[in-house]
Amino acid sequence: MGAVLRSRKFWLMLAGYGLVLAIWYASVKWVPLKSFTRMPDPLGVIREWMSPEPAYGISIFTAAYYKHIFASTLRAWTAFALALGLGIPLGILMGWSSRFNAYAEALVGLLRPVPPLAWVPLAILLLPGAEAAVVFVTFLVAFFATTLNTLVGVHAIDADHIRAAKCLGATRRDLLFDVIIPGALPQIFTGLQIAMGAAWFSLAAGEMIAAQYGLGFLIMDAYNLIQYPTIVIAMGTLGLMGFISSAVIRQTGDRLMRWRLEATGSAR
Amino acid sequence: MSTATEARHGGLSVRRAGKIYDPGGAAVVALEECTFDVAPGEFAAIVGPSGCGKSTLLNIIAGFDRLTSGEVLLDDAPFATSAIAPPPGPDRVVVFQNGALFPWMSVLENVIYGPTRQQVLTAHAARDKAMDMLRRCGGLDTAAERFPGQLSSGMQRRVEIVRALMNEPRVLLLDEPFRAMDTVSKAAMHRHLLEVHALYPKTVIFITHDLEEAIYLADTVYVMTTRPGRIKRALRVSLERPRSRDMLASQAYLEMKRQVAADVHEEARKAFERGERELA
Amino acid sequence: MNAASGGYRRRPLNWRGGLAVGAFLVLWELLVRFKVPGIATVPGPIESLVVFWNKYATQAAYWQSWLASFRRVLLGFVFAQLLGIPLGLLLGTRDRFRELVFPVIELLRPIPPLAWVPLSILFWPTHEFSIVFITFIGAFFIITINVFDGVRAIRREHIWLARSLGASEARIFRRIVLPSVLPAIGVGMTLGMAVTWNVVIAAEMIAGDNGLGRLTWEGYVSHTSTVVIIGMVSIGIAGYLSVLVISWLERRLAPWRD
Repeated sequence: MGAVLRSRKFWLMLAGYGLVLAIWYASVKWVPLKSFTRMPDPLGVIREWMSPEPAYGISIFTAAYYKHIFASTLRAWTAFALALGLGIPLGILMGWSSRFNAYAEALVGLLRPVPPLAWVPLAILLLPGAEAAVVFVTFLVAFFATTLNTLVGVHAIDADHIRAAKCLGATRRDLLFDVIIPGALPQIFTGLQIAMGAAWFSLAAGEMIAAQYGLGFLIMDAYNLIQYPTIVIAMGTLGLMGFISSAVIRQTGDRLMRWRLEATGSAR
Repeated sequence: MSTATEARHGGLSVRRAGKIYDPGGAAVVALEECTFDVAPGEFAAIVGPSGCGKSTLLNIIAGFDRLTSGEVLLDDAPFATSAIAPPPGPDRVVVFQNGALFPWMSVLENVIYGPTRQQVLTAHAARDKAMDMLRRCGGLDTAAERFPGQLSSGMQRRVEIVRALMNEPRVLLLDEPFRAMDTVSKAAMHRHLLEVHALYPKTVIFITHDLEEAIYLADTVYVMTTRPGRIKRALRVSLERPRSRDMLASQAYLEMKRQVAADVHEEARKAFERGERELA
Repeated sequence: MNAASGGYRRRPLNWRGGLAVGAFLVLWELLVRFKVPGIATVPGPIESLVVFWNKYATQAAYWQSWLASFRRVLLGFVFAQLLGIPLGLLLGTRDRFRELVFPVIELLRPIPPLAWVPLSILFWPTHEFSIVFITFIGAFFIITINVFDGVRAIRREHIWLARSLGASEARIFRRIVLPSVLPAIGVGMTLGMAVTWNVVIAAEMIAGDNGLGRLTWEGYVSHTSTVVIIGMVSIGIAGYLSVLVISWLERRLAPWRD
């Protein structure tokens, strides 16, 4: 800890944050343009966020704040769970069977260019309710990222490992569980981290377009109700939740792939 | 533990083996009229330049590839022909050039993989046998709980050999296993392999491009021509076992090397001029 | 290497793939014909095509939507490159700068681009500016991080060699650093383009007054699901074309890569 406090890196990092906050504060308070004066200033935001009686109803002391967080987090993780439940098997299948890959690749190629958020209106039409639509669009983004990275992971497996396993008497089932899945796992986890990040991006947009609660909705609501500090609170919370989610995945990966950690000192 | 009787299995006869890749298109002839015999328990080395087809031959014996003509007999029974392609199995285990230990399993898990997956041994029995073999093969039992990524390449190769031997194979196939190692490690591996072969005498087919290595390790050295590969020459190594490094200075060794070197260099030069790449 | 970039390789005709796509279209048409519950609100591919041909392909307003969206994508994307590439280079080459600035970037990066919409609208004088800004945010972080990674991946030995041969820092930068990061720039551009389209469409849905995203949204709002389909397909094609162009650019930047 002492070493951290003394390190140049730590102080520069703090200086960087401080600089940005200072510029933000200064520009809001002192630049005589409406663009700037309308913006919430950092001190105001922090005060609001930490106040037991927030002027606009959202702070770390209000239940409503956590309700929104919970709603968004639930959607994100539900979509993510679906994406990995479907995406990993699909990716493995595509990686293993070139015949299946030919079919699947074309379909995926057809649907992939459509930006996930363009699906929102259609999803609302087809699925029962806005909730399902938002989760679906989030799922779609995470699904593509997971499938593609799983596919890459399977292709990247050293052919010698498969041959060795066959020599040692592995059945097809053994190959799948003993070689393919562990072999592809590093790339799968890279995909999962990307999928999680993309899921939060998509979720935020989906909520801003079509939801009734959640952090994305909160941003639009605060904007419409002219509660500007709350906008920044919601933005920051979104970023934080996304970051924590990715970190959870990374840690899980590190735990599952202990062998990588031990060998190279990092699971990357 | 192992006696001469145990090594009676594993006699290999290769008769006019041929392999053509992409017969309808590029028609690359990897092997042509390849013929030789390996007696049970014999250590046979195959020497040849890059791309000559020696790995193809090994792949066919191991079951990763298929003959287009000729046949291979294992213990006098037709084993591989253009019609029969036996799947890879524990009777012919391969030790790979760049090492193929499973990085996500510990050394012990790797070594017991074969017998437990084939359900030939219980996990407990497999573990006992594994620890015993690892210990005999240079005290590797101390590394049983480590991951391959934590071991040097020399140790990895040694573990891989134990993993192969655990399956009581009829034939042990080594595909240029020490190619990527430096001279010092290689010398240590040679000594190790000879010791292991003395402890567990199996039929060995050892692929290499290094003539000295081949003569030092083997009972018989086969020189393969550049593509299309066929056996150009066979050399019976007259050195006694156990081999020792001072034999490398002996008259007998130098004479054998002289006999064969010209052939090997001629093929190497041909391959070099053609710009051959490794096939398999 | 991130798999989401989707490179293009010439390969034999994928008849199986064609079969799959055909089956998909047929299934869609059949589901609509037989009025399967849930799907009934949506038009089939044939109907969509007919409506498109009759009412949209000839209308100037439709093609203007294309232009509006493309313009936003282009502007946001180009600005992101103009700021992101130099920033990535600085972060990669100057340690002090990196220690100062990188933590801030890491803090801002997880915030979804669309979350910036309200602040953007408040800040920028026109709607157009605010949408382009969102587009810029989407691509900016991606290109910066990719260039940064690209610089970090340069082998120290190359730089040491150049120094020992007497090259000045400027020379090293021009002759070694810049060419080495070209592939990373290419990857960043390809990834950035896909994200940019995603962001533009959503931004238009939330806050735009024209463009393909707006078109799709209006189809939804006015309960004309045909328009929704037409909008989505148009967006898909537009996005696909953009990624094609950028992929071509990426290959030109680094022709030695797979």
